[in-house]
Amino acid sequence: MLFGFEWDLTNPLNFAISILPILLVGMWVTIQATVLGFFVALVLGLFLAVLKSARSRFIAWPARLVTEFIRDTPLLVQLFFLYYVLPEYGIVLPAFMTGALALGIQYSAYTSEVYRAGIEAVGRDQREAARALNLSAANTFTHIVVPQAVPRIVPAMGNYLVSIMKDVPVLSVVTVLEMLNVAKIIGDRTFDYLVPLSLVGCLYLVMTLVASAGVRVLDTYLPKQGLPLK
Amino acid sequence: MHWSEYLLPLAEGAWVTVQLTVYSTILGGVLAFVFGIGKLSSNMAIKSVSVGYIELFRGTSLLVQLFWLYFALPLAGMAIGIDLRLPPVVAGVLALGLNIGAYGAEVVRGAIQSVHQNQREAARALNFTPRQTLFNIVIPQAIPEMMPSFGNLAVQNLKDTALVSLISLGDLTFRAEQIRNFTQDSTTIYTLLLLMYFGMALVVTVVMHLIERFAGRWRMVGS
Repeated sequence: MLFGFEWDLTNPLNFAISILPILLVGMWVTIQATVLGFFVALVLGLFLAVLKSARSRFIAWPARLVTEFIRDTPLLVQLFFLYYVLPEYGIVLPAFMTGALALGIQYSAYTSEVYRAGIEAVGRDQREAARALNLSAANTFTHIVVPQAVPRIVPAMGNYLVSIMKDVPVLSVVTVLEMLNVAKIIGDRTFDYLVPLSLVGCLYLVMTLVASAGVRVLDTYLPKQGLPLK
Repeated sequence: MHWSEYLLPLAEGAWVTVQLTVYSTILGGVLAFVFGIGKLSSNMAIKSVSVGYIELFRGTSLLVQLFWLYFALPLAGMAIGIDLRLPPVVAGVLALGLNIGAYGAEVVRGAIQSVHQNQREAARALNFTPRQTLFNIVIPQAIPEMMPSFGNLAVQNLKDTALVSLISLGDLTFRAEQIRNFTQDSTTIYTLLLLMYFGMALVVTVVMHLIERFAGRWRMVGS
């Protein structure tokens, strides 16, 4: 029994049906971790992107090194680092928060590149035209660059959302009860890993297919020329 | 324990990680070509098998695949009367290779499709068979296009090898965990661990750049 649901071991089909609600509880945790991790990645990535595009070499260069370091080290090790090292310095976070933070940090390295590429893809002539029309630097950025960069950024960010979802099972090592961990516990108790783990695989396929379809729909509805402001 | 005493056991683990990375990257490379070319096949059976493989392994989580191969596959084997118990190292290399191969297959497909149509037409005019066209004309020109993405995938694969520590394979992360359980010196060990992975990733990047330079010779002159 787990989360108040009994399993039925009479045959594989009944077993699969009886553990489905338990796995769905785990799936909800997976979705929460994905969304929170994605949010952290979006914010932290923007922060890194701004630092990397700074004019001063003393800001831009360390920011690039940090991005490279985050990108080249495994999520699992970063997670262990946050989970075991932060408490030694008095920062004690629940496992779920640590996990979402680790996901966000790992993917901020990727999202910062998406922001940078999206902003650079807006043509130079656009900025020059804005300058000729006497727009201030801040107005040029918020009214000219950002509305045109958003349609380029959104699909790439959507792909990273799907990637984050597939990395959530790593959080099971710090006792987060996401879908894979729940399946593993069911396997440990019933000695049948085949049904729960196969079911998790199927549920993952459904989740990634739905998420990818969502990203594609969003992409088709976004105006390619940029978001109209008025 | 002084931190320098950690280095020997960590180096042993690093060697396992290096071997895992090399074997699974080679396996992934082979799978990438087989299924990447297979996806472009006009034979429906080959095409659907390739699409199925790519979607299955790109659509699910690597850790789920690893656990499935290690915990669930033996039970599936038992049900049909075959011994499918895999040693951790085989399960690890298989899961990593199959996973990275699926991502690589999409890279191979994209690169093959990016070779200009004129090249195929010229090959046809010179009476090359479809097989000769593919292997002597299209693929040599597609490889330089694949290399940057393959470089990223190789680094990705190196990072993913850390997950095999969860099926009790003695890689770098596993050794570090053992030392940490023994000494409780988390800060030093995990800092060392991060730096070692970073160093290894830089080596992988340099090696892939060298291969990229080598493969660059096949790029069509003047294009």
